[in-house]
Amino acid sequence: MPEKYHIKTTPVPPRLPRIGKYGIVDWREDCARCHNCVKKACVYDRHRQEAEYIRNLKYFDFLFFECMGCFSCVQNCTKDLLCLTINSEYQRLGNHYWTPEIIHITWQQAETAAVPVSGAGYRGKFAGQGFDAMWTDMSEIVRPTRDGIHGREYISTSVDIGKKPSYLEFDENKKTVFPSSIVDIPMPMIVDMNPAEYTLARLEPLIIEAVRFTDLIAIIDSAKWPGAVNESQMADIDKYLPHIAFHLNPDAPEPPIEILSKTRMVEIPDNDAVLDRIKELKKTIPELVISIRVNLDATGVQRAVELAAAGVEVIHVIADFNGDEIGPKNEKLAKPRFVKEMIREIHTTLIKDGIRDEVTVIAGSGIALPEHMAKALLCGADLISTYLPLLISLECHLCETCKPGIFCPARLEEIDFEYGVGRMRNLIAAWHLQLIELMGAMGMREARRLRGDVGRAMFFEELEEEIFGTLFGSKKRV
Amino acid sequence: MERFSVQKKEFKDILPANTLKTRVPQVEISREIKPAPSRYRNEIAKYIIHRSDDCIKCGKCAEICPYGVHVLKPGYKYFAMPKSYLCTGEACEKTDHFCIPQCPQKALRMVKNPMIEALGDYRWPADMLLATWRMAETGAPPSEAYEYDYHCGNSGGGFDRIRFKFPEKPPVELADDEIDTSIILNRRDDGRPRIKIDVPWYGGGMSFGSVSNVTQLSKARAAVAWNIFSCSGEGGYMERMRPYDDHMITQVATGLFGVREETIQRVPIVEFKYAQGAKPGLGGHLLGDKNTPAVSKIRESVVGISLFSPFPFHSVYSIEDHMKHIDWIKHINRRALISTKVSTPTDVDMVAVGSYSAGTHIIHLDGGYGGTGAAPDIAKKNIAMPIEYAVAKVHKFLVDEGARDKVALIASGGVRTAYDIAKAIALGADGVVVGTAELISLGCVRCTRCSAGRGCPRGIATTDPGLAPQIELEWGTQRIINLYNAWRIELIGILKRFGMRSVRELVGRSDLLMHLDYNNDAHDSSTDSVIQPRKSC
Repeated sequence: MPEKYHIKTTPVPPRLPRIGKYGIVDWREDCARCHNCVKKACVYDRHRQEAEYIRNLKYFDFLFFECMGCFSCVQNCTKDLLCLTINSEYQRLGNHYWTPEIIHITWQQAETAAVPVSGAGYRGKFAGQGFDAMWTDMSEIVRPTRDGIHGREYISTSVDIGKKPSYLEFDENKKTVFPSSIVDIPMPMIVDMNPAEYTLARLEPLIIEAVRFTDLIAIIDSAKWPGAVNESQMADIDKYLPHIAFHLNPDAPEPPIEILSKTRMVEIPDNDAVLDRIKELKKTIPELVISIRVNLDATGVQRAVELAAAGVEVIHVIADFNGDEIGPKNEKLAKPRFVKEMIREIHTTLIKDGIRDEVTVIAGSGIALPEHMAKALLCGADLISTYLPLLISLECHLCETCKPGIFCPARLEEIDFEYGVGRMRNLIAAWHLQLIELMGAMGMREARRLRGDVGRAMFFEELEEEIFGTLFGSKKRV
Repeated sequence: MERFSVQKKEFKDILPANTLKTRVPQVEISREIKPAPSRYRNEIAKYIIHRSDDCIKCGKCAEICPYGVHVLKPGYKYFAMPKSYLCTGEACEKTDHFCIPQCPQKALRMVKNPMIEALGDYRWPADMLLATWRMAETGAPPSEAYEYDYHCGNSGGGFDRIRFKFPEKPPVELADDEIDTSIILNRRDDGRPRIKIDVPWYGGGMSFGSVSNVTQLSKARAAVAWNIFSCSGEGGYMERMRPYDDHMITQVATGLFGVREETIQRVPIVEFKYAQGAKPGLGGHLLGDKNTPAVSKIRESVVGISLFSPFPFHSVYSIEDHMKHIDWIKHINRRALISTKVSTPTDVDMVAVGSYSAGTHIIHLDGGYGGTGAAPDIAKKNIAMPIEYAVAKVHKFLVDEGARDKVALIASGGVRTAYDIAKAIALGADGVVVGTAELISLGCVRCTRCSAGRGCPRGIATTDPGLAPQIELEWGTQRIINLYNAWRIELIGILKRFGMRSVRELVGRSDLLMHLDYNNDAHDSSTDSVIQPRKSC
């Protein structure tokens, strides 16, 4: 049996006091000092920890918010002096898309590398926008699994990047010929460049270390070369280059050919001369897989299809970091198109054109949770790219104030190398485990086969129309 | 017994000799409603009443308040702390018994409780929790004076966007006792008992290990009182449950924990659990910390290790395999009904009709948002469709296949209130299974920590010897009995407004529903799906 993809992890505790959802406010004035103080009875020992924390406080800039929200002390206090409250700092985390819940759960995974588990059923909205408007399928009785009964150890999350041959070719010695290179990565995910809004910290060496450890690939802006690696990495650079895909920034000098030739993939921003550029690069390094980065603006979908038709082997489509279409929004539509819809359109068009297997589609933007990865694949992407979750794993609040001279609440500039790599590694490992959870439930043994398999997905709009539309008629226009 | 349509003698005739020998006397539990106040000193309230030191103990407030907020116990010099949770708050301001302005010393003050923001979630908002606690305490729906907005949650879809289209006036005026809330669980003419339960719901499966002994027993005893069922869950059948055998469902799940012939022979319903709403497509999951010596003994496992049930049944690859499973149970227990619990994949309708053809009596659909136990968050949120879709889809398919009146369709997974029960029935279910609501009635606040460490800090979903004793059996039983009574009152209220004499008339009547996001202009398409109750039901 081939070696299984497994990411070894160890817990990496946070550097800063946790920003929990709940806190206890204590109106101490009327305390009876009774011997049965509910604080002693806290199942989680939070009150004692809080007291210790306050005693050892170095900075007075964080409050203690690690209450689990069980209300037990609040409801048992003899003088009814305690009050449970939602932490306002928690509510300020992130934005409308990267919600406090997402940031909180990302921190948790970065610390433990475990699949988040809780009880008491689901607490959230019935459905939402974007990826929250779809559910993944499961297998049951009439078709226990699509790929046969199996254990999780048989689930492969590997995917290929590159042009897949549609038929076998043989040379004169009857040996198989592969007309183009394919990059095989063990998980349908690569790490993208950081958006301009989040550029304060110099995180590239950490990211490169984390992707090497997890056997993934990170896209690195060529303008940052060679500063993207630290001295120790540079000393052993051959080990790292297969995990780097340079984004060939037209405004910066290109990395030397001996460096480029040791990478497996590069990325070129889309432009009118992009096909010529691909030819040039292929001439120099034929085995290099070349991806074109296409912005998903008003013409992005069309452009991606055009490039595929022109023979481009990998297209990396990018919306804004909330997953919405880039650029001025179409005023005729109530809301901008979400990346999910745009991936579906690209995928179905490529199928109609009969060229789907000849191009790899990497979908970026709006990938905030592991289920987004699986759902993007079900919508038609081969793999996803993401960056912000790795940044959040370092306790970032996503406050969007990454500017020199402005205080970073996560103190990102002070982070330790081991800590940063460990947190990113843990997050990737947790995402991998959760992808397996979803695939196990779907009865799918190969991540490659998730691509475009909408039969393994249920879309909110379609279920509403199919079931409630029959019962309740036409839907109101919002 | 009344709920079986065949004679008692016949049961004994078909019970295996070893079951008869080991059968213990069955316990009777009264359905009587008794107050079961909160076990906590400070019940969470929407409004808080503060009494200052200016109070002269004149007693005016206690005199005028009809809700009992102010209590001056006989022989006491000072007022007890105000029972704020009984205060109707702003709704009281318009009445002549509002205590604040009438206090001669202006010693009383009322504020909105800021903690309410931290209580509840989209599916179980604070008002729904507070109302459920009140029902569990009193056995009646909360007074309108409290203005609890509890019939719907804030999830923004499904039950929370569906409303009943009540006629302005009932077509027939009916008294409460003219309305029948019972349902039949065996609709096949196969010689097995035609079990009737008095209300269209029963208790969900929660295994020992996931919840405490007292929680399980409270559920079972309430089931006895209401002539319904409770379920052992997949963690094995405890000996302590034996006095309640006639109201128990035992589960055969993929882990087969504690499954034995004698436990299967004890009960009137055996349930195959293929999947569950908490983690559709994944097996059951008991975290290591909750696998205590007592739990490991009944599950025949090693203390402290996490227990994962496989998914799916590795002996079931088709409906034919499923049929073999059913036949196996039917031969072991010749009086048992078979329930098949499945979750809600995209082809849930095919699963249901396949299960019917395999010989099941009850199709139990557990929707993707359900569950009480520990589950990966990613599964709870993302896998399988919500029950609101699945019920309507399966009901229609079974009608089209001509199988609907041969099988009981039971829904679960996010059924929280009497209104949800009625909506699920109108969408096509015969009845529902509830779980979370029972735990709420025992004082659950949905902190979601059931799975972590020692388990539930409120003593409900834990086997920790330091935490579980927080609940007394009598209290727990009464709280659930009371909640059920309040629900039945509300269900009767709904049926009354439609002039229906039986809850069975409501099955599949989606024409009585409206959805807030739709124009509700469908051409009475649902009337084809109405199941006419059989005369014998």
